Amino acid sequence: MPDGSELVDSLGRLALFADLTRPELEALAHTVDEEVFAEGQRILRKGLSGSGFFVILEGHAAIEVDGERPWTLGPGDFFGEASVLTGEPPSADVVAKSLLRCVIVPGPDLERFLLDRPHLMLRLLREEAQRLRSALEWRS
Amino acid sequence: MAVVDKPFPPGDYDVVVVGSGPGGLQTSYSLRALGVRHAVLSADDEPGGMFRRFPVFERLITWTKPDAPFERGTREYEWYDHNSLLAEEPENRALVPEFMDRSSSMPSRSEMEAGLRAFAERTGLEVRYGCRWEGTRREDDGLVLVTSDGEYRCRAVVFAVGVTEPWKAPIPGVEQALHYTETGEPSRYEGKRVFIVGKRNSGFEVASGLLPWASQLVLASPRPVEYAVLGRSVVRARYLEPLDEYSRGGAGAFVVDVAIERIERTGSGFRILTRGTTWPGELAFEAEQVLVATGFKTPLLDLPALGLATVADGRIPALTPFWESVSVPGVYFAGNASQGSPGLRKQGLASNSTSVNGFRYNAAVLARHLAENRFGMRAERRKLERDEVVPYLLSELARAPELWVQKGYLARVLTFDGEIRDEGIVPLEHFVDEAGPDAVAVAVEMDSKATIYPAVYVRSSGRLLERALPSHPTHAFESEDHRRELESVLAPVSR
Repeated sequence: MPDGSELVDSLGRLALFADLTRPELEALAHTVDEEVFAEGQRILRKGLSGSGFFVILEGHAAIEVDGERPWTLGPGDFFGEASVLTGEPPSADVVAKSLLRCVIVPGPDLERFLLDRPHLMLRLLREEAQRLRSALEWRS
Repeated sequence: MAVVDKPFPPGDYDVVVVGSGPGGLQTSYSLRALGVRHAVLSADDEPGGMFRRFPVFERLITWTKPDAPFERGTREYEWYDHNSLLAEEPENRALVPEFMDRSSSMPSRSEMEAGLRAFAERTGLEVRYGCRWEGTRREDDGLVLVTSDGEYRCRAVVFAVGVTEPWKAPIPGVEQALHYTETGEPSRYEGKRVFIVGKRNSGFEVASGLLPWASQLVLASPRPVEYAVLGRSVVRARYLEPLDEYSRGGAGAFVVDVAIERIERTGSGFRILTRGTTWPGELAFEAEQVLVATGFKTPLLDLPALGLATVADGRIPALTPFWESVSVPGVYFAGNASQGSPGLRKQGLASNSTSVNGFRYNAAVLARHLAENRFGMRAERRKLERDEVVPYLLSELARAPELWVQKGYLARVLTFDGEIRDEGIVPLEHFVDEAGPDAVAVAVEMDSKATIYPAVYVRSSGRLLERALPSHPTHAFESEDHRRELESVLAPVSR
């Protein structure tokens, strides 16, 4: 069994990809892009079209709305899917708060990516439901 | 050659460039044009870099058209010549087509090598050949390069060392297989079954070259080949012959989506055990030879120990929009490794930084960035009159080779700060993220269906507005409609 790829190992440790077999993880590692951002670099840009779906492998990022920082993200967290799935530019910036390693699914590929992996889609949906619930509780 | 005859003896320099392939030559040329004091070191004996040895089947995948809609030596001609380096003097431009015999619009390896050598000679670029970079350390506010000739201290180093170290995907048993670089003469595969690991350009290049010789070819990797949208396909159309054969049937060529689990030796050859990635199940292949075409890595030596962050299993340095390491300040990359700065990736579009056509522009932009941001120089900016702005930007969108080659990656920028100034070619990612005076950036972009369109980014009172202008079947971006629309987009900055 191929066991030397650091990226495959990193992906395998994340809850989002927990249902995938090793060959599926390998295929995934070949499908996604990987990028490391410097501290302070913007990853998702409010109002700018054409972004993607990001999953954090290492490091931390902050979601910033008009300079405020309501949310910090860490390994295993993901972002960008709302913009891609609605076809609207992101409603907030996401900025690296340390050296940040992510994998990226380009926007145009996300629909196929999820449809090919129903279990991953279900995990994503659960997380979205949790976020919606937290947001509603925070507002009330 | 006696050591005393060599340029750039060990010592202190503002910048050290390592490498004498196209990336190193372009960087040095551009630094010299700006007056930045630098040394160029190369382990090789002559210029050319990887083109002294690769591609294996001796022909490039990027075109140079000796005749084109624009005259050789003009800036517009650069779009039709993806292989020559850039020069200010007309006689040093477009050198590769001079050496082509026109048997193909893609130069042969030796034609490319001749073009690079002519560039180094005619521009009088100096390189310290036979000087091998062996190690790196940080000292005070600079860097020290340890080389076979001694130590070089500098404030910034530009590594243009290619992505040239053979790399095999970590598959059990892979050490028994040959790497792409060890392919050798195609005749040695006569009548043999050949299993090729990798379905990108080098895999398909080898497969195309072996089609007339091998009895059966299998191309295998986890990810499917995407060629439906040609403009965005990683694999170039000219290598798709094996895929064509597979898609029509028979058993002469297979192109399969599998994770390769193990390569085993058998009496007369190999058994390759695989598992489907886009289909359920397992497949075992028998072959007399296995070739591993999973690419190359950047030779980074001890840089990871200095904290240099990488992607793709350590193969590519992770870089900022100006090609500086995201984790080790002062360490820059030019040439093929400049792909480590992927840019905005709008709609998933990759840069063209993996080939000469793209990275020659990256090198020119990097040289200016170093001159201005590290050494306090300032290149002159042309001033524009208000009524020049729209025609100028539309002509850039229609023909600027930097924007056409580096789609969605490099942009033409004008600032509106009392006066209108041409800031030159700038990484688009840098423009959208930087604060600054009112400004406009234009870029040529490509959507997921490979439609090419002009894009405009306007920064007005600190806010950024993005607007796509209409596409056109013959890319005629200077129409009355484009002019009107650009005028209206520019209204906030040009009142």
